[in-house]
Amino acid sequence: MATEAKAHELIVSVSPHVRGKETVERIMWTVNLSLLPAFIMSVYYFGPLAAYVTGLCILSAVLSEHIYQVSLKKKTTIGDGSAFLTGLLLGLNLPPSVPFYIPVVGSIVAIIITKLLFGGLGYNVFNPALIGRAFLLISFPKLMTIWSEPTAQFVALDAKTTATPLGILKEGGLDQLMQVFGDKGDLYMSLLMGSRAGSLGETSVIALLIGAALLFYRGYITWHVPFSFLATVGVMAWALGGESGFFTGDPIIHLLSGGLILGAFFMATDYVTCPSIRKGQIIFGIGCGAITMLIRLKGGFPEGVMFAILLMNCFAPLIDRSVKSKMFGAIKEQKK
Amino acid sequence: MGKTATFERGIHPEYHKELAAGKPIVKAKLPQRIVVPVSQHIGAPAKPEVGIGDEVKRGQVIGSTTGFVCSPVHSSISGKVIAIADFPTAVGKMVQSIVIEGDGKNESVDFKENPDYMNMGADDIKAVIKDAGIVGMGGAAFPTNVKLSPPKEKTIDTVIINGAECEPYLTADHRLMVEHPREVVEGLKIIMKALGVNEGHIGIEENKPDAIEAMKSAVAGESNIEVWSLEMKYPQGAEKMLIKAIKEREVPTKGLPMDVGVVVQNVGTALAVYEAVRFGKPLIERVVTVTGAGIKEPANMMVRIGTLMSDIVEQCGGLVEGAVKVISGGPMMGFAQWTLDVPVVKGTSGILVLAEDEYVSSEEYSTCIRCGSCIDVCPMGLNPSMLSILSEKGFFEEAKEYNLFDCFECGSCAYVCPAKRPMVQFIRLAKSQVKP
Repeated sequence: MATEAKAHELIVSVSPHVRGKETVERIMWTVNLSLLPAFIMSVYYFGPLAAYVTGLCILSAVLSEHIYQVSLKKKTTIGDGSAFLTGLLLGLNLPPSVPFYIPVVGSIVAIIITKLLFGGLGYNVFNPALIGRAFLLISFPKLMTIWSEPTAQFVALDAKTTATPLGILKEGGLDQLMQVFGDKGDLYMSLLMGSRAGSLGETSVIALLIGAALLFYRGYITWHVPFSFLATVGVMAWALGGESGFFTGDPIIHLLSGGLILGAFFMATDYVTCPSIRKGQIIFGIGCGAITMLIRLKGGFPEGVMFAILLMNCFAPLIDRSVKSKMFGAIKEQKK
Repeated sequence: MGKTATFERGIHPEYHKELAAGKPIVKAKLPQRIVVPVSQHIGAPAKPEVGIGDEVKRGQVIGSTTGFVCSPVHSSISGKVIAIADFPTAVGKMVQSIVIEGDGKNESVDFKENPDYMNMGADDIKAVIKDAGIVGMGGAAFPTNVKLSPPKEKTIDTVIINGAECEPYLTADHRLMVEHPREVVEGLKIIMKALGVNEGHIGIEENKPDAIEAMKSAVAGESNIEVWSLEMKYPQGAEKMLIKAIKEREVPTKGLPMDVGVVVQNVGTALAVYEAVRFGKPLIERVVTVTGAGIKEPANMMVRIGTLMSDIVEQCGGLVEGAVKVISGGPMMGFAQWTLDVPVVKGTSGILVLAEDEYVSSEEYSTCIRCGSCIDVCPMGLNPSMLSILSEKGFFEEAKEYNLFDCFECGSCAYVCPAKRPMVQFIRLAKSQVKP
């Protein structure tokens, strides 16, 4: 038969024989791209040093993954963009002026200990970048809390230092915060644009929201985690954050400050470490918001987003197990 | 009439129906030789009724039933039996098959016509359907008379004709509805009569407006039959999804459509039922869509059961340079072939030839990143991500707790998986390792 010669070249594989176009690489590199506005704003406010710190984080993260995998004779996975993302996120979570070993140590902890030792992408329990940062904060508490002023565009290591808005709020209350920023309008504006002290990539809310919009547009994140996270923070700030009794707090200050926007849209939404089932993601988001506010209002640190996400990371598998999505045909009564 | 209904979740693959949708059904050439497997259906294989050297005619029974869940097989040409042995089939198994060398005369046995078929009793109808060897022609090939004989305690109130044809590329049912709408409706009426049911539906995906139009005019005047325009979404044509869309009833887990009072039959089956009951014609031919970028001239063909795929491919101009994969059925649930010398059987809805640029390798995949895409699309509301991870690590019993056996392997999870994991294969592996 004419077709016989062809027959032995046929590929036999399992169904389905067609696949969608989405790939892990495309997702990861898009998330990296979505953080570009925040990265640009960090350079704008904190000068070339910001690019140096973030770049060093990315370089160390990618290199540690590559060296680890090559030395264990495994296939290197640095092309999938996830190590790059961990480095980028760690960089954006660091204060502007840290010595070179801080990014290096943080990245190694994030990549080797948090991600690869647990089995690599998909098997890590905790968000690698956040464990890297938590490790640094606990090991180098002084270095990790030196906050440069956001005006230090071309100044480097000798930049003037100040306190973050949440730090001021914790130490001196709302009055002192007002003294520093003028009126509430100016304060909101500074928080929105990012002209305030803080971690490199967390300050410019507007830049972060532009990136988040891209992720929503591509369907890579859904509203479940970020909105339940933000809503819980907002409600708790309003209900419990006031200085003159319940329901007098200013939710907007809390929503725009600290690492909340960066955390809620880019870190808590990490596929691997948050629940996979949408209903579970809402519980996860509420948990993140509640712990964040507990720490901000009652805890020893001015900011609680990092610890909140890490704590909720522990619960993610448990949440997934308990909220199993509604199965087709699992209903008892039939509509007839 | 004219509602757009659907189920929850599901996917929107590229459909590529345009390759063959406009091609009228043409008769395939009389094959020189046919290979008729005695088991083309779910259930016990038929028993060969002929010996080597016997002369047979078109429509003659060559394999008889051996039990209730079984279906006879017929010769689709006239000629001489030259072999009875195991031959490869499209699902990959070797099956005992009767090989008939044609005499080129195409002589038929006499078919018993019955113009008064609407006055037949239910049992007579079922007997004719059984003797005609009719099985579900959507792919599963479950004997139709068994489906029409539910246990006494199950009350059936609805019959749905499945014209969704949600598998990408395939257009066989589409063409049948456009070209033979009246016959399909008559088939539906016969099925309703056999079940004593007074409510009929025909569900068609909205991407086939000409079929919807044709079926609507064919049911004009039939007050108890409704034509539905269904959302274009895979797997809309899965029985459970179809029933959900049209009747808003959910077949309970581990249950069957009859548990919610519904019987679903494919468009092709309805036509076969009509031809058997009205003209006495057994199931000896079916419409097969030959399509894909890897075939020179896509077509919808009326093919005699037992014709080798290689014959059909040749009549469609052969494979193009760079054709890499031949699939029996659709791209989502069909079977890849290692040889074209396998016969078209009662459940063969299509021969799909993928060219290089349509082919996606499933060899390389990475770990699950738990993006949850599969959970968002699983029509059964399962957690395919967990099922694949558990199966990959050998935790088959644990997979059962995640409702492993509710998966009907539609492949939606694998389609959307960014890590390109062979989800369906993991699930099949787990299913093979534990008892339901």
